[in-house]
Amino acid sequence: MVLLTRKIEFAASHLYHNPNLSAEENRRIFGKCNNPHGHGHNYTLEVTVEGEPDPVTGMVLDLKELKEILEREIMQRMDHRHLNYEVAELAGKIPTCENIAQVIWQLLEPKITQGRLHRVRLYESPDLFADCFRNGAGAAGKS
Amino acid sequence: MSDALRIELGRRYRFSAAHRLHSPQLSEEENCRVFGKCNNPHGHGHNYVVEVSMSGDVDPATGMIANLADLDAFVERQVLEEFDHKSLNDDVPAFREKVPTTENLCIEIYQRLKSFSQAKLERIRVQETGNNSFEYAGDHLEGNRS
Repeated sequence: MVLLTRKIEFAASHLYHNPNLSAEENRRIFGKCNNPHGHGHNYTLEVTVEGEPDPVTGMVLDLKELKEILEREIMQRMDHRHLNYEVAELAGKIPTCENIAQVIWQLLEPKITQGRLHRVRLYESPDLFADCFRNGAGAAGKS
Repeated sequence: MSDALRIELGRRYRFSAAHRLHSPQLSEEENCRVFGKCNNPHGHGHNYVVEVSMSGDVDPATGMIANLADLDAFVERQVLEEFDHKSLNDDVPAFREKVPTTENLCIEIYQRLKSFSQAKLERIRVQETGNNSFEYAGDHLEGNRS
């Protein structure tokens, strides 16, 4: 099995606020991320696909196709958008790295038909990221 | 979170510290041969990057595996306060006995962080320089280590 990773970057705004909590609780839990006017990040997304190289093309999947899937599913949906208000799949969820990575997995997984989605890693900043795997798989191949 | 998916949170921290690679079980000559420049008696230092990976369920109320401020405070208290701008050999008790290689540093940091209460520690990755990094995810000897 070979892993192939493609990276894209998008810029988006968001804020953390749970309407079921008081204003005070929201501030305590989410800190600066609770600013009602929002803030933004340059997100870096790494998408890893697993598979066997095709004997004819030598490819797990055609990178052009992956690039188009990422453009259509992620860039058009999230780049220069407000994640709280403009991304239907995140409606009702706090747009944390954990939740966005999970939504990205759910968007990409059915679209990748050559090879199989292995990992989604979303960086909110160089020091904070979330990984999403299929249960039973992991970075160190642990169960 | 969906049963079919597993989510991990990754967080990077930085500290700068001095160390010297030297084993009292080896002769001067052997130390020099094995550790090369890293055996310099006056030590040297690195800007270390520690990558902490935690797994757990995403709390629907917060969207988080663990509260970041709590994780940051825990890592600060357990590791950074004692390691940053220190000599690993002289200031960290574990390295009075063990050679402070980055392999041993990974294990030491893992031991110090595995008790985090809000999520499960999956692995520690330590970057000693931009060109080398080490990972530790616990192992079957875990129960034998204090």
